[in-house]
Amino acid sequence: MTATTASRASRTARRPAPARNGGIRESAVSRTIAMAVMVVATLYFLTPIWWLLVASTKTRADFTTTAPLWFADFALFDNLAALFDYRNAVFLRWLANSALYAGVGALFATLIAAMAGYAIAKYSFRGRETLFNVILGGVLVPATALALPLFLLFSQIGATNTIWAVFLPSLVSPFGVYLSRIYAAASVPDEIIEAARIDGAGEVRTFFTVATRMMAPALVTIFLFQFVAIWNNFFLPLIMLRDESLFPVTLGLYVWNTQVSQIPDIRALVIIGSLLSIIPLIITFLGLQRFWQSGLASGGLK
Amino acid sequence: MARDTAGRPSRAVRHRAALAVFLVPFGALFTLFYVIPIGYAVYQSLLTVEREGTFGPAVQVFGGLTQYIAVFQNELFWNSIGRVLLFGVVQVPIMLGLALILALLLDSPLVRGSRFFRLAFFAPYAVPSVIAAIMWGFLYSPNLSPFTGVTQAVDFLSADAVLWSIANVVTWVYVGYNMLIIYSALLAIPQELYEAARLDGAGQLRIALSIKIPLVVPALVLTGIFSIIGTLQLLAEPQVFQSFTSAVTSTFTPNLTIYSTASVPNISLAAAMSVVLALATFVLSFTVLKLTQRRTAR
Repeated sequence: MTATTASRASRTARRPAPARNGGIRESAVSRTIAMAVMVVATLYFLTPIWWLLVASTKTRADFTTTAPLWFADFALFDNLAALFDYRNAVFLRWLANSALYAGVGALFATLIAAMAGYAIAKYSFRGRETLFNVILGGVLVPATALALPLFLLFSQIGATNTIWAVFLPSLVSPFGVYLSRIYAAASVPDEIIEAARIDGAGEVRTFFTVATRMMAPALVTIFLFQFVAIWNNFFLPLIMLRDESLFPVTLGLYVWNTQVSQIPDIRALVIIGSLLSIIPLIITFLGLQRFWQSGLASGGLK
Repeated sequence: MARDTAGRPSRAVRHRAALAVFLVPFGALFTLFYVIPIGYAVYQSLLTVEREGTFGPAVQVFGGLTQYIAVFQNELFWNSIGRVLLFGVVQVPIMLGLALILALLLDSPLVRGSRFFRLAFFAPYAVPSVIAAIMWGFLYSPNLSPFTGVTQAVDFLSADAVLWSIANVVTWVYVGYNMLIIYSALLAIPQELYEAARLDGAGQLRIALSIKIPLVVPALVLTGIFSIIGTLQLLAEPQVFQSFTSAVTSTFTPNLTIYSTASVPNISLAAAMSVVLALATFVLSFTVLKLTQRRTAR
């Protein structure tokens, strides 16, 4: 595996035996306390997710009458069928919308931010620091502060309530530029760019064939965090979209949740839908962990 | 056009072309979706609506700072700012403290299976705020919660408690994320620094207090700033909680106030509120950055 594992291995190797004078006794007590803290924290963080998983497998009657943290009759597939049946599979539509907004959006956002960050790191040009500082200022601008003016601007050109109103603004990731600049400066040696130039590769081709490979951990990190930011985004779609068929899954579930008091049956759909909406994110994070963990290590901390 | 001996465009020219390819896409999108909206919000906030007589058509005219005066006189808006500031003063230190403790434990030799714990603590970050709020809404419910023994005794959704119930949702989602950032900073500390301390017989706690914590201050500043920004922006969680309790009003947080003001519709006032909120966020995070920089420089 990658640097994380390697550095961890070398750390354990270098870690000396417990100190003399009573070190072992102290560490037996501290070990127990430390593990106790870990177990309590695990319960805190995982119980709600476990509850959601269990609740998703229950029939409507069992949900209110059986122990909430353990399984009763296994009705997961009935619940799924009910979810996909409801209103012409509108939930699947929402999942697809979220995948489009977050997946495609984060992909383009990463590419665009990486190019800008790389250029700022590797080329000297007039106004470079000013540009970087303006972009850094962008990191500090709260996304929700932009939602209302974006709505006003999109409504001027009659483009609210369209895919573009949610998709286009999410292509901008100032934090991605910041991370790419730091990572490119540290991990793409000038000699390699120079060597590519001598080989006759164009500047842009050098970026795509040589630099992106060396920036991979940073790129995966940017992609993931932008993906999460878009997938979780709520205010912008809430303001922009009226047409249910354009909703991302978070907005759809929010709307269903507001209807629970009028349509009690919808509660079961909210629960199973919530479970389905977090599974893609958990799988993505687990699958890409060795990339984003090393990207995080090098990035945020300079 | 300047050319080198091989007849290709000179390096400077090629660089300029490449720079355009690299910078124009981000520059254009940043201008369209960051700079112009901010400018437009400022412009919109300077307008005011006037009518000729009682029944005349409404016309937007330049009103100077009229809307800002209205914002500063708007008690509901300032109450909502005060509420999230109180929230932040309590929740951000608790969240970062927890994140720091867990990161230090993960980094210490005291814990086995740190890989599992790391992922377990981080998992809630994969849960969108809306979904997290819906889940905790059920967990707080007096009838449906797995912990009805507790939720029937304490009303987590009452007017007094709901702010802290929301704080718990936010803490639950973000502790693991902040923990990972701090943990990454801990991994970057060279082992040699610990060796002298160990030879002096320093225990893990001593090493944590006098070596590790001072060295992760930059990471704490970073997570602190992002947490402050997040706190002032609070929206999804309280908005969801409106379905569970009437204690969350339509002016509970600044963003909810802006949203309900815009839907009146009183766009110019809402725009002025947005500008004030963005400025307040900016000033607050900038101050935190400067204060901590000064302290670490000393």
